[in-house]
Amino acid sequence: MDSTTSDPALRAPLGPAADTGLKIVVVGGFGVGKTTLVRSVSEIRPLNTEEVLTQAGVGVDDPSGAAGKNTTTVAFDFGRITLDARLVLYVFGAPGQKRFWFLWERLFGGTLGAVVLVDTRRLADSWYAIDRLEHHGTPFVVAVNRFAEAVPHGLADVREALSLSADVPMLDCDARERASATSVLIGLVNHLYDLSTARETT
Amino acid sequence: MTGRPVDLGEPDRLYTLTGGRHRSDDACLDLVTLVVSESDPAPGMTSEHVRILELCRRPTAVVEVSADLRLPVTVTRILLGDLLATRRVTARHPRPVPRATLPDSTLLKQVLDGLHHL
Ligand SMILES: Nc1nc2c(ncn2[C@@H]2O[C@H](COP(=O)(O)OP(=O)(O)OP(=O)(O)O)[C@@H](O)[C@H]2O)c(=O)[nH]1
Ligand SMILES: [Mg+2]
Repeated sequence: MDSTTSDPALRAPLGPAADTGLKIVVVGGFGVGKTTLVRSVSEIRPLNTEEVLTQAGVGVDDPSGAAGKNTTTVAFDFGRITLDARLVLYVFGAPGQKRFWFLWERLFGGTLGAVVLVDTRRLADSWYAIDRLEHHGTPFVVAVNRFAEAVPHGLADVREALSLSADVPMLDCDARERASATSVLIGLVNHLYDLSTARETT
Repeated sequence: MTGRPVDLGEPDRLYTLTGGRHRSDDACLDLVTLVVSESDPAPGMTSEHVRILELCRRPTAVVEVSADLRLPVTVTRILLGDLLATRRVTARHPRPVPRATLPDSTLLKQVLDGLHHL
């Protein structure tokens, strides 16, 4: 039993009227603070699970051969935020490894949007994630997780280093702090709202 | 975070659970689709089906069921598909978020309101 898997009996269930699950995905390089951010915003202790897929990415062809070398296991964690009586938002911490992107559509298709979490000491780690999100047409914001040891960089410098277009919002955050982590989600949803209203008026 | 290994030590069990089926036909089960029990467990059900019916007395997302059962999402979808087919559970999705397009601003406004009230 994984210590982060909480006992369902100890976890508050959703209200009886809950009917719509939404998702936001946090992506970024290894150790950039994805799980930390999920934990900070979640009303439950983060849970984790996994998807097992064949290399072709279509499904488990033969569960009896799940140990075979042509299957891939991708683990991810997630937290939950009850928004109102009907809406519940799930926040996923994507795995750091690149091969996970083969599963993007299957796992995270239909996501509202993504947060790219960035560590200024390892900016290059986020290039791939940004490239993939653009490829999939998933709207995103970039959040710079401020690690104390990192040399401070202005957001404009980070934007340039990541070759981000001016319309991608950037935020500073401390993933360990609930208010800060929540403001990142609000930043993302504000961005989505702007995109959505712009589209609706054209 | 370290991933929990799949039950690879017991591939036979995974096979038994899914009856060797390839994958769920029920593509409508998203990770965050909320599932609700429509009946109590009955004698003769597998322990996994019983667990699902107990868990889903209140709406529970597919991914939470997967985490609680400690089974991969694919296997969980197949098990849920069994219960959907026999109407022992229902899936709630009145307002599916369209894939590859933005949800409408009304829904996003509700999300924002919810986040601001945290
Ligand atoms: N100083 C500081 N440390 C942080 C911050 N966010 C996360 N950390 C630490 O960084 C380490 C990695 O954080 P995780 O949240 O596990 O990172 P992750 O992105 O989930 O890592 P993987 O899933 O392994 O890719 C942990 O020891 C955190 O405590 C932050 O904002 N500031
Ligand atoms: Mg992690």
